[in-house]
Amino acid sequence: MQYEPWEAARAAEIIAGHAGKEGSTLVILHALQEAFGYVPEPAIPMIAEALNHSRAEVHGVFTFYHEFRKEPAGRHVLKLCRAEACQAAGGDALAAQAEHRLGISIGNTTPDGGVTLEPIYCLGLCATAPSAMFDDRVIGRLDAQRLDALMAEAQR
Amino acid sequence: MTLRIFIPRDAGAVAVGADEIATGLLDLAHARDVAIDLVRTGSRGLYWLEPMLEVATEVGRIAYGPMTPDDVASVFDAILADGPHPLRLGLTEEIPWLKRQTRLTFARCGVIDPRSSDDYRAHGGYKGLERALAMSSEDIIDDIVKSGLRGRGGAGFPTGIKWRTVAHAGRGQKYICCNADEGDSGTFADRMIMEGDPFMVLEGMTIAGIAVGATKGYIYIRSEYPHAIEAMNAAIAVARRTGYLGHNICRSTDSFDVEVRVGAGAYICGEETSMLESLEGKRGVVRAKPPLPAHKGLFGKPTVINNVLSFAAVPYILAGGAQAYADCGMGRSRGTKPIQLGGNIKHGGLFEVAFGITLGELVDDIGGGTLSGRPVRAVQVGGPLGAYFPRALFDTPYDYEAFAARSGMVGHGGIVVFDDTVDMARQARFAMEFCAVESCGKCTPCRIGSVRGVETIDKIIKGDRAAENIAVLEDLCQTMKFGSLCALGGFVPFPVLSALTHFPEDFGLAPSRLQAAE
Ligand SMILES: Cc1cc2nc3c(=O)[nH]c(=O)nc-3n(C[C@H](O)[C@H](O)[C@H](O)COP(=O)(O)O)c2cc1C
Ligand code: SF4
Repeated sequence: MQYEPWEAARAAEIIAGHAGKEGSTLVILHALQEAFGYVPEPAIPMIAEALNHSRAEVHGVFTFYHEFRKEPAGRHVLKLCRAEACQAAGGDALAAQAEHRLGISIGNTTPDGGVTLEPIYCLGLCATAPSAMFDDRVIGRLDAQRLDALMAEAQR
Repeated sequence: MTLRIFIPRDAGAVAVGADEIATGLLDLAHARDVAIDLVRTGSRGLYWLEPMLEVATEVGRIAYGPMTPDDVASVFDAILADGPHPLRLGLTEEIPWLKRQTRLTFARCGVIDPRSSDDYRAHGGYKGLERALAMSSEDIIDDIVKSGLRGRGGAGFPTGIKWRTVAHAGRGQKYICCNADEGDSGTFADRMIMEGDPFMVLEGMTIAGIAVGATKGYIYIRSEYPHAIEAMNAAIAVARRTGYLGHNICRSTDSFDVEVRVGAGAYICGEETSMLESLEGKRGVVRAKPPLPAHKGLFGKPTVINNVLSFAAVPYILAGGAQAYADCGMGRSRGTKPIQLGGNIKHGGLFEVAFGITLGELVDDIGGGTLSGRPVRAVQVGGPLGAYFPRALFDTPYDYEAFAARSGMVGHGGIVVFDDTVDMARQARFAMEFCAVESCGKCTPCRIGSVRGVETIDKIIKGDRAAENIAVLEDLCQTMKFGSLCALGGFVPFPVLSALTHFPEDFGLAPSRLQAAE
């Protein structure tokens, strides 16, 4: 996925665009992550200043939520659902297969920066489990073959 | 004549290839020079038949599915020739799985174009709002009370009583918050409604706003639902443009507007006070109650918080359906419940039915058993905090009180089916692990207890002083039940203890009497 390189002026513009909304911290963090692919460290004090919060407060919010990244992800992100409905449908074996083939455990990025493998807890596709998300694409009825094809696509 | 064809844009259908079918169809129609009008609907909820394609005919819509891209050409030929096809399912409305349901909330889902308020109106939408605009606040709330509607998010609190509290909380700024965090594994009804019938959610929220005197609403949608976020934002834009949101809705003196806010991967933010904190831009740490959100909610103002399906039930009730709604169901569980069948299941999907149907009917009869073809061993009802039920309890009727009497919960209506390869000790361990990861950290029994729970179950699995450690686990569960502020720490003992009670052999103990008696 393509993201903009970090630039403080651009971040300031994004922050200013949302700062007027009530309770806007999460909105801003989402917008920054959408632009840069992660929330770069220098953005935290900028948000704090714009919203008149302490830096610690903003940092606290940032770290509370699993979704926000402090570092860029790999070129592709493969999220495998690890929740109960997918466990019931063979999700554990698929997770093991992905870890084995990519040579990393869930929650990490391959050394070449190609793929980040992450857990996700439910995509609401429980009637067509097991499910996954590959970059922006949702995938249901995942099986060993399709998973292999996805990883091949990711490593290309 | 232009052919009208319907293919879902629902995430569940897209996940199994609906977009490829749509593209293939458009290309083919173009190549053959046949005019088609393709409508991207929600899903009917028969997920084992997705991607499902429907075509409008004089006698009604005819369905084909499950489609693969290779089937597009032959199905297209069959449609044009009105001929047979192996994937032809007949009239959609006559498919037994759909026909057996009582679709009140899901009546339009999969039928209408979710981007068109005109289509929504043409199918009975906005009748409830139009009636509500001419009613007093008291009368609107009386209708909700009369319907017997209980919150569909899990706790089952009477919706009318909640609204009355907010209506009576003085004048000034108030808020309506729609809880679309739907974090429970095995649930997807909120997602389906947002993607398939988003105007109904907006209509329900607007009626709530009029009833309690609130002019601003938020929908808090989890980030794992990008399609639902897009669908709600699109519907909000249309509703503003057509005068159904904003100042002086439908030329009345009432104003109401809605904004989507997106979660960030925290399960606890489905708990209502944690959601309020998150909406305020803070860490999702649970608030102690009182004060109730109805008195001091978002930004300290009186706030109605309801689940997506609770708001979705409102337009039907206000359109004159209060009595009809109350006439469905059993005991104190009135109306219909959209039940979601998932996991290892043959016929998974959305089954809306009056309360009272038994668990066994749902799993064996409607769900058709497991997809793997192996025997059903356990089902988890009500999400990660719901109990695991063995077959011996399949006579339990779907009803808030009946499930509670057996240490279970209906919750948001998810049923996850497991076959006989499941290891229930691992499922118990997962419940504790999930709690440890998702705890907001406010109370010790939840934050630390869940970590201890994982360690203790690990010891039991290893056979390390099993009897002693089972006693420790049971004791720990008691502490969590009574020492936790919210239902994350308070309810996680249910999946853990139900696994232990009903499937002791998986923990290295003698089989349970319940199982043996079967
Ligand atoms: C840990 C936890 C998670 C919850 N998740 C949700 C959720 O995802 N969606 C929801 O509507 N309610 C959820 N609830 C219940 C809410 O706190 C609240 O009861 C509900 O939103 C009220 O709406 P209702 O009366 O319409 O059900 C959760 C509760 C707890 C304790
Ligand atoms: S029970 Fe857990 S999630 Fe709930 S308030 Fe306590 S620490 Fe937070």
